[in-house]
Amino acid sequence: MSLDQLTITRVGDRVEHADQGEMVLNMGPQHPSTHGVINFVVHADGEVMKRAIPQVGYLHRAIEKIGEIVTYNGFMPYTDRVDYLAAMFANEGYAIAVEKLMGLQVPPRAQYLRAISCELNRIASHLVSIGTMAMDIGAVTPFPYALRERESINDLIEALCGARLTYNYHRIGGVAFDMPDDWIPLCRKWLDHFDKTLDEWDRLISRNEIFVQRLAGLAVVPAAMAIDYGLVGPNLRASGVDFDLRRDHPYGAYADFKFEVPIGKGYAGARAGGKVGDSYDRFYCRVLECRESVRITRQACDKLPGGEFMAKVPKKIRPEAWSEAQSRIEAARGEMAYYVVSDGGERPYRVRARTGSYLAMGIIEDLSRGLMIADLVALIASLDVVAPEIDR
Amino acid sequence: MKELLDKIVLERLGHDPATWPLTQGVYLAAMLLVAVLLVTFGAVFAGIVSWWERRVAGRMQSRIGPNRVGPGGFLQWIADALKLILKEDLIPDESDKVLFRLAPYFVIVGFLLTFVVLPFGYHLSATNMNVGLFYVVSITALVVVGILISGWASNSKWALFGGIRAAAQVVSYEIPAGLVILVPIMMAGSLNMHDIIRAQGGNPWNWFMFQTPMGFAAFFVLFTSLLAEGNRTPFDLPEAESEIVAGYNTEYSGMRFAYFFLAEWGNLWVMSAILTTLFLGGWQVPFLDSRLRMWEAAGPGNVPAWFYLLSAGVFALKTLILVNVVIWIRWTFPRIRVDQMMSLCWKYLVPIAMGLVVLTAVNELVSFQIWGPKAQEPVGLSHPRGWIHFAWFAVGGLLPLVAFAMKTRRNIALTGDRVDLTNW
Repeated sequence: MSLDQLTITRVGDRVEHADQGEMVLNMGPQHPSTHGVINFVVHADGEVMKRAIPQVGYLHRAIEKIGEIVTYNGFMPYTDRVDYLAAMFANEGYAIAVEKLMGLQVPPRAQYLRAISCELNRIASHLVSIGTMAMDIGAVTPFPYALRERESINDLIEALCGARLTYNYHRIGGVAFDMPDDWIPLCRKWLDHFDKTLDEWDRLISRNEIFVQRLAGLAVVPAAMAIDYGLVGPNLRASGVDFDLRRDHPYGAYADFKFEVPIGKGYAGARAGGKVGDSYDRFYCRVLECRESVRITRQACDKLPGGEFMAKVPKKIRPEAWSEAQSRIEAARGEMAYYVVSDGGERPYRVRARTGSYLAMGIIEDLSRGLMIADLVALIASLDVVAPEIDR
Repeated sequence: MKELLDKIVLERLGHDPATWPLTQGVYLAAMLLVAVLLVTFGAVFAGIVSWWERRVAGRMQSRIGPNRVGPGGFLQWIADALKLILKEDLIPDESDKVLFRLAPYFVIVGFLLTFVVLPFGYHLSATNMNVGLFYVVSITALVVVGILISGWASNSKWALFGGIRAAAQVVSYEIPAGLVILVPIMMAGSLNMHDIIRAQGGNPWNWFMFQTPMGFAAFFVLFTSLLAEGNRTPFDLPEAESEIVAGYNTEYSGMRFAYFFLAEWGNLWVMSAILTTLFLGGWQVPFLDSRLRMWEAAGPGNVPAWFYLLSAGVFALKTLILVNVVIWIRWTFPRIRVDQMMSLCWKYLVPIAMGLVVLTAVNELVSFQIWGPKAQEPVGLSHPRGWIHFAWFAVGGLLPLVAFAMKTRRNIALTGDRVDLTNW
């Protein structure tokens, strides 16, 4: 192999030459902490990175194209696979888009069930995120702690819809099943337990000196930069941008709930060098969001209305020809948008999903300049990218 | 050892050891026997601790850990060792094959040679070298040579990163470690492992760790440095699996891979034994200091056999407690970054170690001026030195212990944790 081949990196149409003395390191697609099948081409000078070029597409399954060849209802199980850690949101986003297309009114009970399932799913997704983040920093113990709680959520969701990972729970017009009679006390019991667990989590890892030192001031994303790159969700809020679709553009039942929107404040503290929008803020905003999701779930359990859990939906869904609809929801990885076009047939003419992880991948190259290789791992973890959501 | 063998040659074989030509043969046979014993001890300890660490980690992480092979999964390490021996010894095509094969032996030899001077109990050690501590410090440097060779010879970028990180880390941390062992050396006035132990007492307030604040701080500096030299969390950068896959041993498989881990787990005993020897009174049995001196004064052969066993038990107990602390740290802390690792060493540990050496020297001089040379046996409360030791033990030893117990109790009360060994 000639030296040229070793130092030239081709990413798509792009050709990057590594400078003299730089090492080209292929991190992924099989690497313990790229959070799925992603590749980073790292140009490194010793431990310091010149740039880390993300290379996506390894997990592209053409889910959007599949949407064009299955029926409206038939696409629902595929949305689960858009983000396997937070399948409820992809379900909900698609359902809302098609409901808008058809002009369907979702019964209030179904909307509450959607909110409850989504918030539980958000906690589960954030638990994986903060757990793997601790593991990427080298602390293995917090990860099983997070997964233990996630198992309880999986039990609750399994009681709700029979599935633990790819739920297929939300349907066009409502949800698939009503909740079991004794579900609410079970959920309340777990929520009370989880509050204490979050305190324990803070003692275990959030305030660990080494952990804070590793993340404070690392890969700071100022608010303007976050907006420029189109960051969404916790990544955007950690930069101090106070924007949450659930509060600012309420959909479903969210207008009925009271909750705070945690934004980045340099939680790592000035002593450790914490800045608004650093990796620690992104981590801690997720921890705080778990607390808010607990609040929302509690309120939804209190206020859960009776009635139908499914609207009257025609057996064959044929929206008006050349109508289009778009939905925006606040998913675990930020704003998720679905865009559906109908040509009057039984199948959508076009389905398009816009996801948070793909946008987060875009900022990594800019942030990676001058970081150390160990920091790249922390940076990827703090942006909470999930490979199937990037590529779809 | 030499005296014992001479005695055997004289009394059992009926020859004068100085003139009998086969004395050398007896020596050699005895040395081989001891070597086999020590190597076996190192390997078996590494194996058992690999099982124990996984069990402890399991308990800490609210899971079970290996519990299928043998009672409580105890035989898991034998199953693992068997598996690793039977596995293909894969050597990458592009690697430097000679160095690749050689590297694990450097690591394992560097680790096993430390057992030559490590004490195990009263008069129990392979040799009683008068520069024992110096020998340990120099021989452990072989390990980093092996790691560096493995990182280079693998011809893998991840392994190279691991090897370079290991070299930077181990070489850096040898400096504070080398400086800070001067503290117990000055307090004992000897480099001999047994002499350092004898200069301390059996009771905690006579241990070097609690005799002076300098000893207390030195214990932690040495502990941190040895953690770093042994590549243990939070200093496990050379094999940080989330960053550089498996570091220097990425390309290794089978028994060669096992050698690295044998050395790493066996090193837990070595570092704990060194710390026990230097700071925690070694094999000295509490409350039996004066009794031991009585037996010794009565002439050779007067020390009862049970005291040998008891001292070995005390030494093993202290060492195993430290081993568990190291395991506890590994499963609690995140990993630090390369630059943080370097700044911790050069900006904090080295100056602190230097300061401790100077302060200890001053302290030894001043107390020599006031009270004259140290007594042969550890001082009790009848002497002002004993009072100082005891006061510092109360501050440095008992207070942290009480604070730790109170904090643990609060944490357990807050989360409602309970000790549950039913699924052990």
